[in-house]
Amino acid sequence: MASTVIPANQTLAPTPKLNYLNNGHTLKSWLLTTDHKRIALLYLISVTVFFFLGGFFAMLIRLELLTPQGDLMQADTYNKVFTMHGMIMVFFFLIPVVPAVLGNFLVPLMIGAKDLAFPRINLLSWYLYITAGTLFLHCMLTGGVDTGWTFYTPYSTVGSNTNVIEAGLAVFIAGFSSIFTGLNFIVTIHRMRAPGLTWDRLPLFIWANYATSLIMILGTPVIAITVVLVAVERLFHLGIFDPRLGGDPLLFQHLFWFYSHPAVYIMILPSMGVISELIACFARKRIFGYKFVALSSLAIAVFGFLVWAHHMFVAGISLYAAMIFSFLSFSVGVPSAVKVFNWTATLYKSSISYATPMLYAFGFIGLFTIGGLTGLMLATIGIDVHVTDTYFVVAHFHYVMVGGVLMGYLGGLHFWWPKISGRMYPESWAKLSALLVFVGFNLTFFPQFILGYVGMPRRYWQYPPEFQVLNVLSTAGSSVLAVGYLLPMIYLLWSLKYGPIAEANPWGAAGLEWQTTSPPPTFNFDETPVVTWEAYNYDEIPAPKQLEAPGAR
Amino acid sequence: MPDSQAIVMEHEAHNPALLHHFADAQQQKNAASLGMWLFLVTEIMFFGGMFCAYLVYRLAHFNAFAAASQQLSIGMGAFNTAVLIVSSITVVLAVKAAEAGKRKVLVGYLIITVLLGMTFLVVKGFEYREKFEKHHVPGSTFKFTDTFDDNGKQIPVNPKEAELFFSLYFAMTGMHALHMIIGCGLFGVLTVFAWKGHYSPGYFTPIENAGLYWHLVDIIWIYLFPLLYLISRHS
Repeated sequence: MASTVIPANQTLAPTPKLNYLNNGHTLKSWLLTTDHKRIALLYLISVTVFFFLGGFFAMLIRLELLTPQGDLMQADTYNKVFTMHGMIMVFFFLIPVVPAVLGNFLVPLMIGAKDLAFPRINLLSWYLYITAGTLFLHCMLTGGVDTGWTFYTPYSTVGSNTNVIEAGLAVFIAGFSSIFTGLNFIVTIHRMRAPGLTWDRLPLFIWANYATSLIMILGTPVIAITVVLVAVERLFHLGIFDPRLGGDPLLFQHLFWFYSHPAVYIMILPSMGVISELIACFARKRIFGYKFVALSSLAIAVFGFLVWAHHMFVAGISLYAAMIFSFLSFSVGVPSAVKVFNWTATLYKSSISYATPMLYAFGFIGLFTIGGLTGLMLATIGIDVHVTDTYFVVAHFHYVMVGGVLMGYLGGLHFWWPKISGRMYPESWAKLSALLVFVGFNLTFFPQFILGYVGMPRRYWQYPPEFQVLNVLSTAGSSVLAVGYLLPMIYLLWSLKYGPIAEANPWGAAGLEWQTTSPPPTFNFDETPVVTWEAYNYDEIPAPKQLEAPGAR
Repeated sequence: MPDSQAIVMEHEAHNPALLHHFADAQQQKNAASLGMWLFLVTEIMFFGGMFCAYLVYRLAHFNAFAAASQQLSIGMGAFNTAVLIVSSITVVLAVKAAEAGKRKVLVGYLIITVLLGMTFLVVKGFEYREKFEKHHVPGSTFKFTDTFDDNGKQIPVNPKEAELFFSLYFAMTGMHALHMIIGCGLFGVLTVFAWKGHYSPGYFTPIENAGLYWHLVDIIWIYLFPLLYLISRHS
């Protein structure tokens, strides 16, 4: 029960020690591991594969839209390509990416636990993910799906001739993978915290993942039963969503968005948690309004369940219902703004250093703010009716999903890379790629706001010639973005072998994960830490050298 | 990992069921039961989607739903309800026996529970057979000619709407039956483990958690029975 006090980092012995990476080298020791850190790495590899696959489809979309004519592919192929892009990115990348990679790695470390509460269920969730992914790849290689990622009925039940059932089954299984992750996190956070780590001392990343997990376990079962009903309807010609048989396609949309809107918060909340960690560390300051930021995560989770019908303003719901959902959608802006304002307030009069993770954090704040504010525009019924199903909507959610989630993920990946791999990444390459991602991203998606506002509909493979200039800009941006995403993969892999050895706490960061070695031993801590301090006690931690002279490495 | 290894050994000496990453048996038990309750929450949300669909369509097509509901066998449904309620009692008694460390009593109650679960499934099978014989299974052979009895006045109903009722009937009871099958399998495994003496008054979490699952599946049936069988049965 000896208490581990705030780091004099160097006192902890550096690498030659046995750690989670060199504790077993066989394939079996990886595939049958129950170590949350190894499972996080398994997830890291698999979500990266799916990310680049989804990115490949995104590039196909952008290439097709380079010219007004349908010259690269025909309408049917284009429908499949954007469906594949959407399904892969939503179900196989964005939903698992931050919780299953960073969350899996960090939740036990941050709360001073040896592992998640249910390590075998954690491994099971990865296998479910892989099963779902394999099924989806099979579905893709044998013809694909063309319903859009939304599976809208009646097209998905009676119209489409593609592999809807198989894709639905893949989503169903992937859903259970995410339920198990969420369940594991909630139990772990409730029951496995180190002595002294009370709820108001938890890192905000933990709060964010807790809120995310609540959405996962409350929302995901609903999409599961919904795709089951779609599959059953297709198989046995039932009429649950078919208006000709007495069913109601609107019911499908209600059930679908009851999950799929909160799913947006499954994606963004963990990234928000990452940003809170980054801002506090690189501003060397306790986060402003800790309690409000923590509770805003829960508020987003709760409000997130009350706004789904704003996806259906033009689908035929009553104006009265639309007004209520419009109002409730505005209310999500409050906790989101609490976060943005508090991050900004944290920066005020702090000593900021511009390491790569912080660049991503700045990118996140800016891009998420644009994505969030255009979200408020879309929550306004009048504007929504005007821009529904246009590129305005596409630009809006890419600002949140790519500009938000991905920026947070990459920032977090760089920040914790020394902890994960035991090596530092090359700082100047990382800064270059952060810049490329930011520029490429804006070049890709900002023109789409304009395109949508002047009326270019989404999901078409050709368009009137007057839209071409903006589409060319967007495609050019997507190439820059692609380079920006490929670079980290290359230099992070490079750093595994050639990067400078990382100290236990290279950033001088608060948080229990930095008090153990880099990389951590299999059971994380040699002695269970006892926490006697508030989160983000940066006034008690000296800043390390490389942060005093920015860009030194 | 010499330190952690030592910790593991030390723990194993205390209780073979205690996993290395928990501080003590109490923490492990709390974690397991919180996990189970959360899983039950996901189950409620899962069935919730179908209950929601039922609610919407029952309001939209009440006459057809009432007429179709009259075609269900209330006798078999009521019998099955009773079977499940009794099985919930035997589960409670099993947990109690485990807590008291009475191995043979525990095994006995577990076996009775499995048998009651199977009884339910067999009766359900007969009900499904009846639906096939009466062409009440949705699909190309579906036929429905009954009318809605509105205080003696016979109102014809749209067979498509009745088919929707039977779609939901099969989806909901089918999903419930699937959970019953899983439950029977689960209790079968527990019976074997209990026979081998895996459980003690200090460790019977799996019995308790499987019991929670069984109760939830029962409760879902308690809702399904009136919603599906008893529409407009009052006289």
